[in-house]
Amino acid sequence: MFEVPEDRKYLESHEYATTDGETATVGISDFAQDELGDVVFVELPAEGDEMTRGEEFGVVESIKAVSDLYAPVSGTVVDVNEELFDRPELVNEDPYGEGWMLEVEVSDADEFDELLSPEEYRDQTE
Amino acid sequence: MALRKPPLREAHAARDAKFTEFGGWDMPVEFDSIRTEHAAVRESVGIFDVSHMGEVEVSGPDATTLMQRLTTNDVTRLNPGDSQYAMITNEEGTILDDTVVYRLPDEAGERYLFIPNAGHDAQMHERWTVHRDEWGLDAQVNDVTEEWAMFAVQGPDAGDAVAAASDGDAADLPKFEAHYADVVGARSWVARTGYTGEDGFEILCPWDDVETVWNAFVDDHDCTPCGLGARDTLRIEMGFLLSGQDFDPETEPRDPYEAGVGFTVKLDTEFVGRDALEAVYEEGVDEKFVGLKLLDRGVARHGYDVVDDDGHVVGHVTSGTMSPTLNEPIALGYVPVEHAEPGTRLRVAVREQEKRAKVVSTPFLED
Repeated sequence: MFEVPEDRKYLESHEYATTDGETATVGISDFAQDELGDVVFVELPAEGDEMTRGEEFGVVESIKAVSDLYAPVSGTVVDVNEELFDRPELVNEDPYGEGWMLEVEVSDADEFDELLSPEEYRDQTE
Repeated sequence: MALRKPPLREAHAARDAKFTEFGGWDMPVEFDSIRTEHAAVRESVGIFDVSHMGEVEVSGPDATTLMQRLTTNDVTRLNPGDSQYAMITNEEGTILDDTVVYRLPDEAGERYLFIPNAGHDAQMHERWTVHRDEWGLDAQVNDVTEEWAMFAVQGPDAGDAVAAASDGDAADLPKFEAHYADVVGARSWVARTGYTGEDGFEILCPWDDVETVWNAFVDDHDCTPCGLGARDTLRIEMGFLLSGQDFDPETEPRDPYEAGVGFTVKLDTEFVGRDALEAVYEEGVDEKFVGLKLLDRGVARHGYDVVDDDGHVVGHVTSGTMSPTLNEPIALGYVPVEHAEPGTRLRVAVREQEKRAKVVSTPFLED
């Protein structure tokens, strides 16, 4: 069983955004990291970059696959987890904690309504 | 078309393996993680189910002639129990497949078993029978791919594991030699060969006995189950070719000299492709198969362009990964000979960015 925390919402393509703070923390789900296998590289936007819901914002590479990352919400990147550049394996070890990718200042909070709830996402991955 | 299944398909699924299509077969790509499986083979011992590899047996009065004419190496050098790496080339000298040829012990005469790559067994069986008939040779050619399962037990502790599981003198078997032995009671062909760069064995065991043999290695002899993912990272670290990817008659036509396996070509024998290869040997190649190390962060993968300092595309990557042993991105590919010297600076186009790279000699791992 994969972990699907309640304090965030999900995209069909397995990215999450937290819903409990001033800003949203963005990363990929436990299911996604397991599917990818050993993550060896992440390419992320820089602080200050804008991202648009549903559009690519970066790339995650495991030993066996390359996968585009899609923005769950629109907004401005206010922090980037640079630790992942040296320790990409954190995405596998702790996808919802130390393996986070971005902090985003959300431009339109209504966009959360269009994301999957934890329950809906769990159904999708079962 | 339905995928062919290795005999342990369901047992692997029960061990939570992930699967991938390879050469028309539904094969385990990963059991636990590529990184841990890779480390097991480099440091202790792992076992791979490679039952997707083909097996074709050739026997009869003209078996040696038929084998000699269809492979680039010299089968007359093989004594019973010897093995040999060889290319199968067409008239133009282009590699159709690479293979290991075993000479089987048989008092009745010469008998060979060769191992085409996954999905090539039917094609090679046909190639052998068509040429046999065309040349009027007396030989039997049998595709026995679905009679023999194949396990690769690889790693520094492989000798101990195979010796403990079998009645033969596995520990004393010289590299590249093979013999029949009972492996957990199953009459098997045990060869000291592999595709990982480590000591190890490839074991052909009867399709019906696979579960007993696999379970004994995994549960009683501490072999880590490994998938095709780790098999790929291990062979890339050694610079070994993968059929269908580093060469392919349709998508990556290469001759053995370009592909860096000229040592398998014996021009003093007669085989299909010999004259074309003699010309290449005399004139030299335009492009060579090289190792590349990326100096920037990123992963080079199959199909990515290799670019020179002036921004011209000069070659391409055929295989690439993040090396689990070195923790560095490594790749294999073809570049013009003037860029092939170790130390040459090149770039690899990874999506929109050009990453710095340099040519290195293979294997990537030092002994």
